Amino acid sequence: MSKTLFDKVWDSHVVQSIQNGPDVLFIDRHLVHEVTSPVAFLGLKNRGIQVLYPERTFATADHNTPTINQHLPVKDELSANQLKALEENSKAHNIPYWGLGHEKNGIVHVIGPENGITVPGATIVCGDSHTSTHGAFGAIAFGIGTSEVEMVLSTQCIMQPKPKSMRININGELNKAVTPKDVALFIISKLTTSGATGYFVEYAGDVFRNMSMEGRMTVCNLSIEMGARGGMIAPDEKTMEYIKGREFAPKGADWDKAMDYWNTLYTDHKAEFDKELHFNASDIEPMITYGTNPGMGMGIQNDIPTAEAVEGGAATYKKSLAYMEFNEGDPMIGKPIDFVFLGSCTNGRIEDFRAFASIIKGRRKADNVTAWLVPGSHRVEEAIKEEGILDILHSAGFELREPGCSACLAMNDDKIPAGKYAVSTSNRNFEGRQGPGARTLLASPLVAAAAAVTGKVTDPRELLELQDA
Amino acid sequence: MAYDKFNILTSSAVPLPIENVDTDQIIPARFLKATERKGFGDNLFRDWRYNSDDTTKENFVLNNPIYSGKILVGGKNFGSGSSREHAAWAVYDYGFRCVVSSFFADIFRNNCLNIGVLPVQVSPEFLDKIFKAIEANPKSELVVNLPEQTITISETGEQERFAINDYKKGNLQNGFDDIDYLLNIKKDIETFAANTPL
Ligand code: SF4
Repeated sequence: MSKTLFDKVWDSHVVQSIQNGPDVLFIDRHLVHEVTSPVAFLGLKNRGIQVLYPERTFATADHNTPTINQHLPVKDELSANQLKALEENSKAHNIPYWGLGHEKNGIVHVIGPENGITVPGATIVCGDSHTSTHGAFGAIAFGIGTSEVEMVLSTQCIMQPKPKSMRININGELNKAVTPKDVALFIISKLTTSGATGYFVEYAGDVFRNMSMEGRMTVCNLSIEMGARGGMIAPDEKTMEYIKGREFAPKGADWDKAMDYWNTLYTDHKAEFDKELHFNASDIEPMITYGTNPGMGMGIQNDIPTAEAVEGGAATYKKSLAYMEFNEGDPMIGKPIDFVFLGSCTNGRIEDFRAFASIIKGRRKADNVTAWLVPGSHRVEEAIKEEGILDILHSAGFELREPGCSACLAMNDDKIPAGKYAVSTSNRNFEGRQGPGARTLLASPLVAAAAAVTGKVTDPRELLELQDA
Repeated sequence: MAYDKFNILTSSAVPLPIENVDTDQIIPARFLKATERKGFGDNLFRDWRYNSDDTTKENFVLNNPIYSGKILVGGKNFGSGSSREHAAWAVYDYGFRCVVSSFFADIFRNNCLNIGVLPVQVSPEFLDKIFKAIEANPKSELVVNLPEQTITISETGEQERFAINDYKKGNLQNGFDDIDYLLNIKKDIETFAANTPL
């Protein structure tokens, strides 16, 4: 029988199918962080059981951590408490813990791939919805709640009904200054934030084939923002190339065996999807969001749509624009901004910093802008230094912070103040996501860089053209 | 974590006719710092309920004493966003046992089912009827019958069936959780793991 990529991976992990109920799905690798795990560990304690497979479990500190002075004790008492709890729980259960300052520390979805934990054909879960990132490698990866974290710690399984399948095809060539982030924001603007609910998405076509592994991670990362359980891309040579030699990747004879398996991971020619969508690469422009969910995005040169022009409730739409203090019909270009955030598991990898640097090089940070540039991991931080990007940042008046989730969810001190506008490379522009009252414009690292040097929403193509001229 | 069994719930309901209510609204990230599951109900819809100086926002529905009950009725695409189970905990700890909407985000729905909150998905038309009934009479009662899988507006007798898989239904009726089930098939899991390389 013809199978999709998703079917192949899912079916091979089913321990048991319950009639009129969920499948019991075996989880190959489980990533743990400080915020969604303490209550799960408490559950194990109450049941008097140990983590079943600590060798399949990896713990890092990222959500709650400061991004300056990480060598000093964490000041926020509650945050410090969660970090301590994770350290102790990891120790008690023999789980490797990569806490603050550890060379492998970083955002959970950045360090998974970096260390070869993320491999094709694996099932990967974490108590964070952007676990979908790992789908870039042809893995089934998705976010889970704390009860499920407890399930995986104690039994290495979760119970879920098999989702429906959707394939999103984009063919053709991308326009200038259109990055993977723009591709994802474009798709979400077409599907809305609930358009893929109940589905697991496969991305296919020229655009994804030609995309770097980091770009694929950005796209898969944002799958959850259209409601999908996750997204994945069939592994190819680029995937193998990326993984080879990384610490937790298979080695020697195991590598050859793994390659044999990975080479079977594609959607069969005749396999059918519950839903199939097609878009043209040439229709995608650099994107920006103007509202309070990631589906409220548009080409940066467009005007904010009127309530009549959008699907869904006009009242909800107007409430959203009122929060942003934007008007229907306003252009986004030229809107003054206060903050720029480059980072998160969406756009906190080295290619994102390269893109940012390509625009700010030889320019100066605008005086009205506060910029938080936060690498996704220590490895990314190292690469920024080694490649000379740090010097470019410094000469343009920027500083680099230390790795962590930072202003993506503003659990630490990196909060955008109420009423301020931030151009952010992260993944959510919900009310208050980046701090109570904060207003978020989601965009690519190029758009963020253009805003950082001009102090307002700016089309990055203008700046790139000046450079080319 | 054990929760109360769910069978038939008859209660007035709190209306929240807003679409795309995301989990950052249900519980903002800054309240996720606990290491125990305590006190989340106090911060349910924190930034909609309270001003930054902790005074209450009079016009938010949870601050309006006319409305009360164990059922929360939300607009379309309820619970989108983050996977934080804290959102479901906040709903439960505040005292809701059932959330009604015309559409739920996946992870939130799952999280609810795992902790004993019943997500009831109804048609957009039926959702409208519920909102209208509550508007006409804030004390209007809804009857959520899990064994029969029906939801009824008491005053008008209007009823709709809702879907839930048999397994989850059984769990809710018995107050069981998935871990109890999984621990029972641990041998099978271990055999499976032995054949599944890292
Ligand atoms: S960067 Fe944001 S989305 Fe990514 S893991 Fe951290 S909090 Fe979650």
